[in-house]
Amino acid sequence: MTANALLQMVAYFVFLVALAVPLGGYMARVYTHEAGVAQRGLGAVERCLYRLCGIRADEEMTWKRYAFSVLLFNAVGILAVYGLQRLQHFLPLNPVGLGAVSPEVSFNTAVSFASNTNWQAYAGETTLSYLTQMIGLTVQNFVSAATGMAVLVALIRGWTRRTTEGLGSFWVDLTRSTLYILLPLSLVLAIALVSQGVVQTLDPQATVSLLDPWATDAGEIITEQTIARGPAASQVAIKQLGTNGGGFYNVNSAHPLENPTPLSNFLQLLSILLIPAALCFTFGTLVKDKRQGWAIFAAMMLIFVPMTVLTVVAEQSGTPLLSSLGLHENMEGKEVRFGIVNSALWATATTAASNGSVNAMHDSFTPLGGMIPMVLMQLGEIVFGGVGSGLYGMLIYAIMAVFIAGLMVGRTPEYLGKKIEAFEMKMASLVILLPASAVLLGTAIACVLPAGTAPLGNPGIHGFSEILYAFSSGANNNGSAFGGLTVNGTFYSIGIGLCMLVGRYWVIIPVLAIAGSLAKKKTIPISVGTLPTHTPLFVLLLVATIILVGALTFIPALALGPVVEHLTLSNR
Amino acid sequence: MGTSTKNRQPVELLTTKAVVRAVTDAFKKLNPRHMAKNPVMFVVEVGSAFTSFLYIHAIITGRADAPPGFILAVSLCLWFTVLFANFAEAVAEGRGRAQTETLRKARKDIIAKRLKSPCPDIKRVAEHYAAYTEIFEKVASSILHAGDRVLVLAGDIIPADGEIEEGVASVDESAITGESAPVIRESGGDRSAVTGGTRVLSDWLLVRIATNPGETFLDRMIAMVEGAKRQKTPNEIALDILLAGLTIVFLLATATVLPYTLYAVASSGHGVPVPLTVLVALLVCLIPTTIGGLLSAIGIAGINRMMQANVLATSGRAVEAAGDVDVLLLDKTGTITLGNRQATAFFPAPGVSEAELADAAQLSSLADETPEGRSIVLLAKSKHDLADRDIQSLGAVFVPFTAQTRMSGVDFEGRCIRKGATDAIAKFVEAKGGTLSLTVRSVVEDIAKKGATPLVVADGARVIGVVQLKDIVKTGIRERFAEMRRIGIRTVMITGENPLTAAAIAAEAGVDDFLAEATPEAKLVMIRDYQQKGHLVAMTGDGTNDAPALAQADVAVAMNTGTQAAKEAANMVDLDSNPTKLLSIVEIGKQMLMTRGALTTFSIANDIAKYFAIIPAAFVVTYPELADLNVMQLHSPTTAVLSAVIFNALIIMALIPLALRGIPYRAAPASALLQHNILVYGLGGLVLPFPCIKLIDLVLTAIGVN
Repeated sequence: MTANALLQMVAYFVFLVALAVPLGGYMARVYTHEAGVAQRGLGAVERCLYRLCGIRADEEMTWKRYAFSVLLFNAVGILAVYGLQRLQHFLPLNPVGLGAVSPEVSFNTAVSFASNTNWQAYAGETTLSYLTQMIGLTVQNFVSAATGMAVLVALIRGWTRRTTEGLGSFWVDLTRSTLYILLPLSLVLAIALVSQGVVQTLDPQATVSLLDPWATDAGEIITEQTIARGPAASQVAIKQLGTNGGGFYNVNSAHPLENPTPLSNFLQLLSILLIPAALCFTFGTLVKDKRQGWAIFAAMMLIFVPMTVLTVVAEQSGTPLLSSLGLHENMEGKEVRFGIVNSALWATATTAASNGSVNAMHDSFTPLGGMIPMVLMQLGEIVFGGVGSGLYGMLIYAIMAVFIAGLMVGRTPEYLGKKIEAFEMKMASLVILLPASAVLLGTAIACVLPAGTAPLGNPGIHGFSEILYAFSSGANNNGSAFGGLTVNGTFYSIGIGLCMLVGRYWVIIPVLAIAGSLAKKKTIPISVGTLPTHTPLFVLLLVATIILVGALTFIPALALGPVVEHLTLSNR
Repeated sequence: MGTSTKNRQPVELLTTKAVVRAVTDAFKKLNPRHMAKNPVMFVVEVGSAFTSFLYIHAIITGRADAPPGFILAVSLCLWFTVLFANFAEAVAEGRGRAQTETLRKARKDIIAKRLKSPCPDIKRVAEHYAAYTEIFEKVASSILHAGDRVLVLAGDIIPADGEIEEGVASVDESAITGESAPVIRESGGDRSAVTGGTRVLSDWLLVRIATNPGETFLDRMIAMVEGAKRQKTPNEIALDILLAGLTIVFLLATATVLPYTLYAVASSGHGVPVPLTVLVALLVCLIPTTIGGLLSAIGIAGINRMMQANVLATSGRAVEAAGDVDVLLLDKTGTITLGNRQATAFFPAPGVSEAELADAAQLSSLADETPEGRSIVLLAKSKHDLADRDIQSLGAVFVPFTAQTRMSGVDFEGRCIRKGATDAIAKFVEAKGGTLSLTVRSVVEDIAKKGATPLVVADGARVIGVVQLKDIVKTGIRERFAEMRRIGIRTVMITGENPLTAAAIAAEAGVDDFLAEATPEAKLVMIRDYQQKGHLVAMTGDGTNDAPALAQADVAVAMNTGTQAAKEAANMVDLDSNPTKLLSIVEIGKQMLMTRGALTTFSIANDIAKYFAIIPAAFVVTYPELADLNVMQLHSPTTAVLSAVIFNALIIMALIPLALRGIPYRAAPASALLQHNILVYGLGGLVLPFPCIKLIDLVLTAIGVN
């Protein structure tokens, strides 16, 4: 790895921590209703919203009611986005007159945005109207992120409360997440991005004359270019902050109008991990033991940093094939204005967080460089992960680690004073089991059905990696695409749509069930007999648990994809 | 204290007879209905059956995706994996059975004398039994029900657990406790419970049977050890769920390999899909068979260890809870201090020498057979070399202690030596015209402040000094409490004494807290209070008035000498009636949980090596490039797969002793324990299989497998 690479990475992490720590503290105050200035400024809006919707601000929901509210809200969101796409040609703000989107792609897109996946079976600028993008997708970008944060806060309340059924109100958590956290941050980021040249307009596409006209193979002279425009900056801001990742343009943040400069790239890169990282500190503050938050953050970094280094090294080393051409680095599929380090850093950040936006094509990475993003998703999107969802997934792994380690100290395992018993283990197993099953089974079905193999861009080993990547991305709600696979057909639209549903809601329900069960328990006082969960040893144990479970589940599949591809390439 | 803490002899690990029985049981346990209780091993059994089917299919049709010999070898390894796991369980059960056997023998073939109808004058009947045989019926002890009344005469064996209604007798309880000295049992009070299988040595007892057939403590204990009624403990259930979850993940991870390789073969046009036998082998190696196979053995072994410590537990749940306990309520007397106060110092009055006081005190105590009296004689002897004198030859008259005078002493040669409580002696000397000086009073107060008891000695009208009686804290108990503190357990001393005395003893013994002037209600309140704060509380008790507190405590140990009510309310009974045993009980509970955790970690960590053995071997038929992952340089795909499954089976066998014995326990903070166990069982589990699998591979190669 070059000094340049090291410098860029260190700068990135320093900025990340410097911003995440104070933001984490602020978010904790949002959830404990002590948000100071923001609350004085926006409190009236909040109260007004509650009055409009008939919400009682002090309502306490049981976990079942909380889960029901989450599901209801998301179901309505899915229906709305589906409807907008199917009817967009009748609706305003469609200056180009785009037609209705097909039912399966509409289903896929609706689920994709409600589940915070933002898998794109559609091509943004040529499929969706401004209205669909703005009140369909952008709204979901906000509320799907806020849903994740609300579920996380409910889970944390499982630890902070004792002998109660109440986990707080979903509606209040949802509103406060959006109003006090996501909206202000997006506003700031959108303005910063506009300053860098990201477009923000409701005008239709622009037509410009080419300075240098050129001739096609058929002899036709091309003198004009049509440039797609639209309200991009506002959507890009929340796409990154809310770990959504659905680009305004089809090529996402590789597009010069979505991510024009190195500074816009750096800001977007920071905002990918900002909230997921900050939530670790929110967690620490809320459970009144900041060390716990740092421990979780450390565990995430301990997986993330080596993965990033591996990707950078893999891409900088290139392949024997490239070497034989006199090229030593793999620049295929990368923007020259970003280069290898920023592309590799983005690839790991976007897959570590369940963001999924890209600034380079992962399909063109070296086999090992492409495997790392895949692995990060297969770990369950818990290394930073989605906004809220990443941390609640991580806390489930912490429960797993505590269970095994806790026994080794001779006590019934407990985490943050709450006993981990059969019910928690049952739910935690579901959380880990279901997304992994969806990936493995989805890939298996795609492998044997012609509908699964036909849309492959590259048959053979790489094709297998493409399928595996697609299902890993969908079932873990990442949304990034390897590319090379045509996914707007019926099989992949429906198949990945179902995986996204499983990966999101069949995790949220057991997580809330755990929250409910924990809140009902007594808090066990801490003594020297208690397993400490803030020590480096526990952090290592947590990382080992994650890697081991992830590795054991996916090693066979990875061996038949990127690993064998790598060996084939290097043996050539 | 007369009771001994010596443990029952540990049952030998393996006798030939026990092994034969265990092997037979291992085969019997292959019954799928039994296996289904253990999801991990059930999957292995299904895998074994499936590969057997593949082998038969290959032999009959001649078509197979792997050589029939290989399929057979894998199939046999898998069957052995199941059998080894069953064997582990059977051995643990066998040891438990052997331990209960002696106890059970005691209660066979006892003919009880059951009263046909209530008898108004049982004393007379008992003393002239031969004349009254017609009012009894002779029945086998096995059909006695709760509420039946039986007469037990000298020489008879008590037919079942019960409560004494009438009579006093000396009872030999050695069959249960291993302690040969007989104990007195009598109706009423806290010594009225008798245990089936013990023998009445003198006098007679009328016993009301307390339990129905099959419901005694021992019956419950035996049922718990012997499979049929064994219930999984909460933590065992939680662990089972984790293991089942992992099994499903691995089932999917291996099952989906088949379509993946089908795709690979179709798209590359060469190679063959992975053989089914290899997939089953991979699955069995990945699922946590080591812990899955040993889980029930660990649980049974925990109960066995309790039994070895002479503690009967009514449920595995109680044994497990013992590991979680973080507050111990300990009775002062018998647990923390020796049963009785002892004289520890003489404080002479002004103008009196210490030797003179010692002499007077000894004289007054010569005929005093109470432990306090004996200790005064001994102290005088050791401090002032005053030999034990014979009160008869001195011509002295002993004046015994009465509740009215509250003092005792001797009258001889015109002297009236008395010792007793301060106010009693004050009254005594004042009656004779003397006074209790202020100096003596202040000595008395000083002694009381230290938590000891002052005993004032007077010779006629003259007060000659004070003897200090003190509770003697058991040797080594302070260290035990320090140990408890190190592992995060809080010790609380319970005593009926005043707060001043209690505080002094608490400080000396090194307990964390104390409850003085304790009443049964105060105990109950204290337990509830701790539980409310999230603590788990353990306590011992023997009296009927302890029953509510015992029922409330999370781990409640009743003394075997205690009342039936106390035993009913408790979830463990200590046959030695040694309250200090609570500390060992906690350790046994912790050790059981630790063994479970360590073997789980070990089992999962093993998987990495097995992957490195099987994955290259499994996929090399599809992608020859994957041979590069064969880091152990195993001889061939055949030997690689076989080495992994053989290791997987043998490791269960190798760990049976550890599962039964439990991993070594030491008192250390959780963080230190974790570090140690992760290093040994986590890292060890990661590394160990590599050399082992390689070794098996070398052996297989040497004997010509390829």
